[in-house]
Amino acid sequence: MRKYSIFAVAREAMRGHRGWDKQWRSPEPKKSYDVIIVGAGGHGLGTAYYLAKEHGITNVAVIEKGWLGGGNTGRNTTIIRSNYLYDESAALYDHAVKLWDGLSQDLNYNVMYSPRGVMMLAHNVHDVQVFKRHIHANRLNGVDNEWLTPGEAKDYCPPLNISKTARYPVMGAALQRRGGTARHDAVAWGYARAASDLGVDIIQNCEVTGVRRGVNGAVEGVETSRGFIGARKVGVVAAGNTTTIMDMAGVRMPLESYPLQALVSEPVKPIFPCVVMSNTVHAYISQSDKGELVIGAGTDQYTSYSQTGGLHILSHTLDAICEMFPIFTRMRMLRSWGGIVDVTPDRSPILSKTPVPGLFVNCGWGTGGFKATPGSAHVFAHTIARDEPHAINAPFSLDRFRSGRLIDEAAAAAVAH
Amino acid sequence: MSGTNRIAGKGRLVPARTVSFTFDGRRLTGVEGDTLASALIANGIHLTGRSFKYHRPRGILSAGPEEPNALIDISRSSNTHTPNVRATVQEVFEGMTAQSQNRWPSLSFDVGAVNNLFSPIFAAGFYYKTFMWPKAAWKHFYEPNIRAAAGLGVSPKEPDPDRYANRFIHCDVLVVGGGIAGLIAARAAAETGASVVVCDEQPELGGALHHEIDTRIDGQEGFVWAQEIGSELAGMDNVRVLTRTTAFAYQAQNMVDLVERVSEHFANPDKLVPRERLWQVRARRVIVATGAIERHMVFAQNDRPGIMLASAARTYLNHYGVAVGSNVAVYTANDSAYRAAFDLKQAGIAVPVIVDARSDVDAGLLAEAEALGIQVLTDHAVVDTKGGLRLKSVRIERVGGGKSRTVEADALIMSAGWTPTLHLYSQSRAKVVWDEESARFLPGKAVQEMVTIGACNGTDALDALLEEAANAGMEAARLAGFAGASGYRAPDAESLTSRRGALMGAAPGAGPETTVKAFVDYQNDVTAKDIRLAVREGMHSIEHVKRFTTNGMATDQGKTSNIHGLAIAADMLDKPIPQVGLTTFRLPYTPVTFGAIVNHGRDRLFDPTRKTAIHKSHEALGAVFEDVGQWKRPWYYPKAGETMHAAVDRECRTVRETAGLFDASTLGKIEVVGPDAAKFLDLIYTNGWQKLAPGRCKYGIMLREDGFIYDDGVVGRIAEDRFHVTTTTGGAPRVLHHMEDYLQTEFPDLRVWLTSTTDQWSVIAVQGPKAREIIAPFVEGIDISNEAIPHMSVREGTVCGAPARLFRMSFTGELGFEVNVPADYGRAVWDALWARAQDLGACTYGTETMHVLRAEKGYIIVGQDTDGTVTADDAGLSWAVAKSKPDFVGIRGMKRPDLVASGRKQLVGLLTADPKQVLEEGAQIVADPNQPVPMKMIGHVTSSYWSENCGRSIAMAVVADGRALMGKTLYVPMPHEVIKVEVTDTVFFDKEGDRING
Ligand SMILES: Cc1cc2nc3c(=O)[nH]c(=O)nc-3n(C[C@H](O)[C@H](O)[C@H](O)COP(=O)(O)OP(=O)(O)OC[C@H]3O[C@@H](n4cnc5c(N)ncnc54)[C@H](O)[C@@H]3O)c2cc1C
Repeated sequence: MRKYSIFAVAREAMRGHRGWDKQWRSPEPKKSYDVIIVGAGGHGLGTAYYLAKEHGITNVAVIEKGWLGGGNTGRNTTIIRSNYLYDESAALYDHAVKLWDGLSQDLNYNVMYSPRGVMMLAHNVHDVQVFKRHIHANRLNGVDNEWLTPGEAKDYCPPLNISKTARYPVMGAALQRRGGTARHDAVAWGYARAASDLGVDIIQNCEVTGVRRGVNGAVEGVETSRGFIGARKVGVVAAGNTTTIMDMAGVRMPLESYPLQALVSEPVKPIFPCVVMSNTVHAYISQSDKGELVIGAGTDQYTSYSQTGGLHILSHTLDAICEMFPIFTRMRMLRSWGGIVDVTPDRSPILSKTPVPGLFVNCGWGTGGFKATPGSAHVFAHTIARDEPHAINAPFSLDRFRSGRLIDEAAAAAVAH
Repeated sequence: MSGTNRIAGKGRLVPARTVSFTFDGRRLTGVEGDTLASALIANGIHLTGRSFKYHRPRGILSAGPEEPNALIDISRSSNTHTPNVRATVQEVFEGMTAQSQNRWPSLSFDVGAVNNLFSPIFAAGFYYKTFMWPKAAWKHFYEPNIRAAAGLGVSPKEPDPDRYANRFIHCDVLVVGGGIAGLIAARAAAETGASVVVCDEQPELGGALHHEIDTRIDGQEGFVWAQEIGSELAGMDNVRVLTRTTAFAYQAQNMVDLVERVSEHFANPDKLVPRERLWQVRARRVIVATGAIERHMVFAQNDRPGIMLASAARTYLNHYGVAVGSNVAVYTANDSAYRAAFDLKQAGIAVPVIVDARSDVDAGLLAEAEALGIQVLTDHAVVDTKGGLRLKSVRIERVGGGKSRTVEADALIMSAGWTPTLHLYSQSRAKVVWDEESARFLPGKAVQEMVTIGACNGTDALDALLEEAANAGMEAARLAGFAGASGYRAPDAESLTSRRGALMGAAPGAGPETTVKAFVDYQNDVTAKDIRLAVREGMHSIEHVKRFTTNGMATDQGKTSNIHGLAIAADMLDKPIPQVGLTTFRLPYTPVTFGAIVNHGRDRLFDPTRKTAIHKSHEALGAVFEDVGQWKRPWYYPKAGETMHAAVDRECRTVRETAGLFDASTLGKIEVVGPDAAKFLDLIYTNGWQKLAPGRCKYGIMLREDGFIYDDGVVGRIAEDRFHVTTTTGGAPRVLHHMEDYLQTEFPDLRVWLTSTTDQWSVIAVQGPKAREIIAPFVEGIDISNEAIPHMSVREGTVCGAPARLFRMSFTGELGFEVNVPADYGRAVWDALWARAQDLGACTYGTETMHVLRAEKGYIIVGQDTDGTVTADDAGLSWAVAKSKPDFVGIRGMKRPDLVASGRKQLVGLLTADPKQVLEEGAQIVADPNQPVPMKMIGHVTSSYWSENCGRSIAMAVVADGRALMGKTLYVPMPHEVIKVEVTDTVFFDKEGDRING
């Protein structure tokens, strides 16, 4: 792999950028692999990368029905934070944040991890109690998260309206300074390039249509739109489509799929320095490096596989944004889109072995799995390679819904993303 | 004179009606009806902006919404700045301030243009390959600089003074687009009596007739005909004509969203007139007549100011009476540009050459050109241009190379063909199909109740178009239920304009592929070579190409560039265009103001404010309010000069010493009625209800399916078949849904009916030793002695003459009543009770005091002491779980291994070693404060207060195995200290519980 650097760019500039390699190969599928990953989102590609890099398993295929990174990875609003309440979640998400810091160098691909701070607004006494609980728990878990007064919140984010006469005045905020954003496409592409370089085959435009199991019930491979491809280990990392694929293997998943929408404004010069989320007023916002305000909220009300949006949802989101940031009413919505997110009963992900030998699943990230990409991929690769979970993802087993050992971040905070 | 390039006798504006405005501080004159673009061109100004990445000088490309370059900041005062306004859409008004963007210090001298020198480095996606070292530099150096360089305009910095409006309408037929096709369809549909809405984004109807002066309809100029038919339509009762109105979203079930620019073109809009209005139209049938958008030619240096679309030049001339240059060259692959050249020539403007990339050009056109004395070079290409801030000359070569010649020109107009405008069609979820013959994407099969007609449907021939449009109008009306024949006959029309010819991707003259800048996407500075680079780097999906290069992602959303980008990628991939595929169209068609979408949903109207019927009395008493969900609840009632702390202490003391009045109206209330009501509650709550006698109450908890506590409240049995259920304030709607859900899906055989009565009852809690004394004079028909109405009873009677349900119950641990009267009487009853209570020395108290008092008694608040991970047993409420019931919601969940395992967090009390110290709610608890981080946390503080009645602080907490730790010492590590606490039970006051009996 040609190394990327300013020198390489300058050298290429002299000769019309003719010398760049393909970022990833587009091979024909082999008959079989040691491991097949279904789904070339960030989590799937990352898993393949860490399988190759950390576990020496390079005979791996990532199978993708569309184009790599085209699922939720390429549709999300890229908020990264790790100030989750429970020890298990804090460990998982903070593992990811630690990997974010340094991921560009590790992949030799600028994923633009930008720790500009994520601020969550409290608008009532209940919010204050909940955020303080998070802050205390985070501190004892070694995760940064601090309480800001309304004035301090405004200093951190000048466009914020902290008027006492607002419908829901800001009573304070929890700020995680290491939180921020990253460039979603670069994450998918960076992992794809690095994995491909280590020998991983990324097979795009290839839909998995069945999971073949042998007489002993163990996985033998997958049926695809391009024929059968064998593997003794299959990891399903298919976000909103997980239920469908797991059904093919006869495993019923505790998941519901919901549309989640987002939008961007036209680009403007820097006006918004950080990420702000409000669960009570119900929206969140940041500004991309290109200058667009990136805006989202919660999922649609009803389960669906349709990625089409609806103005009524966007309109609630914009109500909330203009309520918190009244200077933005004259800005314009440029683009909107939706993705299908897979939601578990306790709003925590599943990174687990399954009742089917050789079948592994990484899903249930709901509205907030982008932030976990490197951490999730890293421990999931471990789980597949060793056939047993990493200590960090052991609590995120499929079995917890049977035992009741939930990690209920929603109940604890009801904050998404 | 309103500009030197205004041509006497041309255009449709009235020259005498001048308008003055400023552009970058320069005072200029335009004419009423001008867009900012036409007014600038009239004043000889093409240079209007700088590009995103290279800061290249850019001029006006188009005369419509597809404009990528001329994005301007418009304002009429300091708080009405609007960035990124397309000069080609915005009309000028007297006093308008227009400012160019993305340049410093000025538009003609922009320091950022050094980027252009580095452009070989700034190839597509270069930022993914660099800026990685040293690690910290991205956050502190590279990113801030990149952000400052990007971004075009400047966001408003002051709140918006303008209003926005919103309307919902229904109609039989919605026609989107008021060009010739749309107007005929609308007219035909209207004739049947069907209700018709027709909208067009331009100030005047006519669409392409704005520039096609050669199109004659019923013997008159097309544009004139369009205005006539427009007034005819506007005069019909069943028709609504909306101009300046853009349909930007096509949603499910024929819901189309339009946005109307209502007053942004007025000099002094009336404050009462909204700036924009959102129309949400539900139409039985939709006719999409959105026309087509001309593409530019992709060739070397095709971005100098003065280079523009041919149809735009024709619009400026024929509609605005403005010449885009004095010496206008043409580069085309489409017939329509010839008409533009002819019009210009006939208006006395020099047209030195028409360069046509095609070799096979219609002989008629060539003859006409010759007759007008215009040189035509077929099979030629423009291969380069010169000129700094304005085009000076173009270099021309035969396709495939050869000797080149330079032709002077101050404008170059171009056409690579027309792209049908299929955004709305696509948004409706219908698929486009590739038409090989005409080399373009056309509509396929509609999936909603809609049709496409005219240019967006690929219908080029005028005769066919007229018939198609008239039929579409009649058919839409018929399908909407208007059976009678329309009787409308399409007009006669003729036109010389032809749109034959299409070129997609790089034109001949895009030069050697790697060095030349041939712009595909002007605004985002995407060149043909960027697209080729993307493909070479392995971006084989069109979505990858788009994201890697940012082609089509600018504010114009690729209206002129998408097809070119696709064609170049297809060429590189050696695949036919349809195999590479289009990217998806999403709402909005053009950018839409947030304010128009939000409209009234701001400030007070952002979310409904719920106030109890007694609210005004609380205000009069000086209450401070707390937001609880949508409710405003009295938090505490400070007396003059009192702090919150002092007020709460006083209230707490007074309630226990004397009595207090509390407005409990926000508690959720559900009337559960029917022969099976008790059976139903048995299934919803963990405890049993069959044996509860009418007139008695009981505290109940309900679980979710997963076995955790969902809500709680007191339920009174009013009659054998009637229960008065109360829920938490926040839980009211979801508990009703939860009950309905189970009733309808799991227990549909039960005869039970649920009615929310939250807003129907005002609830006044009278608590404290003097509670009975306070209410006594007002109660009629109920014996309120301790024996007649013992704790946890309910009686019906009257209070102050109002029908009432009187509950004997307590959330304070004191003797207490809750007076329920119909909300209409709530305030009067409160005032009467309060007058007496005051005389007896009682107080009013708010939610904070309520919280303290209940904590003193160890009563939990669901949502504060529980959080969705707490079982009934964890909360110390196993006594409320019936052991013998075979079924209730959550019974299976609560038996799962982890829910019955040992070591669960249990609700306990905490007392700080220092009685003056109040713990922070949410603080974490550890057994060993000296362990390293990450610490093992065994619980957290759920409620914590200063208790005036206990004379010390009290707290509740959930702690692992808490009930086994009674009397033990635990620790609460805070940032600067560690607080020592002792585990206790949760009752801090009146442990015997005698006070409840008065
Ligand atoms: C609008 C929106 C905003 C969001 N915002 C945030 C945010 O701010 N922060 C955050 O942390 N998270 C956010 N998320 C969530 C986040 O995007 C996801 O949790 C995360 O990207 C999931 O990554 P993934 O790799 O698991 O899934 P995906 O990226 O969806 O990848 C799954 C892949 O599987 C493929 N696939 C599916 N079925 C098959 C099949 N049968 N055969 C082959 N391939 C198949 C899909 O095509 C897809 O490419 C947001 C999501 C959305 C939709």
